[in-house]
Amino acid sequence: MHEMSLCEGIREVVEAQAAAHDVNRITRVRVEIGRFAGVEKPALAFAFEVVMRGSVADGATLEMIDLPGRASCFDCGHEGEIDDRLAPCPRCGGGRLMPTGGDEMRIKDLEVA
Amino acid sequence: MCTVCGCGGATVEGEKPGHSHHHHDHAHGQGHHHHHGPEGALDFGGNAAGVSVPGMSEARIIEVETSILAKNDAYAATNRARLAELGAFALNLVSSPGSGKTTLLCRTIEALGARPLAVIEGDQQTSNDADRIRATGAPAVQVNTGKGCHLDGHMIGHAMDHLALAPGSLLFIENVGNLVCPAAFDLGEDAKVAILSVTEGEDKPLKYPDMFTASRLAILNKVDLAPHCDVDLDLYEANLRRVNPDIAVIRLSARTGEGMEAWIAWLEGGLGAKSAVRAAE
Repeated sequence: MHEMSLCEGIREVVEAQAAAHDVNRITRVRVEIGRFAGVEKPALAFAFEVVMRGSVADGATLEMIDLPGRASCFDCGHEGEIDDRLAPCPRCGGGRLMPTGGDEMRIKDLEVA
Repeated sequence: MCTVCGCGGATVEGEKPGHSHHHHDHAHGQGHHHHHGPEGALDFGGNAAGVSVPGMSEARIIEVETSILAKNDAYAATNRARLAELGAFALNLVSSPGSGKTTLLCRTIEALGARPLAVIEGDQQTSNDADRIRATGAPAVQVNTGKGCHLDGHMIGHAMDHLALAPGSLLFIENVGNLVCPAAFDLGEDAKVAILSVTEGEDKPLKYPDMFTASRLAILNKVDLAPHCDVDLDLYEANLRRVNPDIAVIRLSARTGEGMEAWIAWLEGGLGAKSAVRAAE
């Protein structure tokens, strides 16, 4: 639902970077999205195309790189990757996991035409 | 609409829609002259840029490594610094629509008596909630997000300009009723407080885990209705701790006053800790 807002944020960064590097066309934007970032990727892709119209990244490809979710277990102290927000602890099977990573939403780099 | 700052759609009460708080420039590429510098960076034939990234062409790459929400986070950091200077304790109240946030706030303001406090009300439309708060005598400013689904750091900075917070205040920010989008947008608050009512279903924390993971306290509101709606309050709590083992939970009824003492004590504890930090500095 807030993917449109996120794309507005991407557009601002892309425009600023393009101006700073004196380029007028960006052909690819690579973003890193954590598994627990709450981002719906198809919605982000749709919003990206719409929001970038008229910008230096009009028609650019959006490449989304998945970052794994991480959590630490309150029962056994294990810290590691988990696939699912409600997955049990991979070591002890406990259900009390606190996410410690995977909420990233980062613009990695831009490809210049 | 730029929903990162709310421009184009959002209004702070007392300001005209479409007013000129738009102080970030969208630098558009048009009319932007292009110079080919001595490094020949734009000449991307034959490894000109010297960058080789697997899966990407040999075009030039600009490393960015910036959070998509960097702009919001910067506004939030400014708000946080302003609040720290005042020793003010700010809470971001998040919930579904209809969980009883505004009623809880009205009762809370009554219970806090003369303590300095202020309220920022976020809704898509109407100033109904700010009107309800002002009826208690507390200062309140309404932020209408227009089509936006969440408050952001920029809106809160503007709203704070309208509030003239006293040192040592409590600031309650009632976010737009939405359990998804507000989770990602830092406002500069000290803590998020999630409010859920017993009629919403015990599995709500499992359905919308991010918001409850981001919250320090959950208020289980309308517990006076629990006997009438076959609800298992212990299961609510277990599900909250499933998505956030660290979350504090208070069972409360804004209507009957049950649990209000624990909530007021939690607020006073948070405010005291904030003031102590300010005094130590």
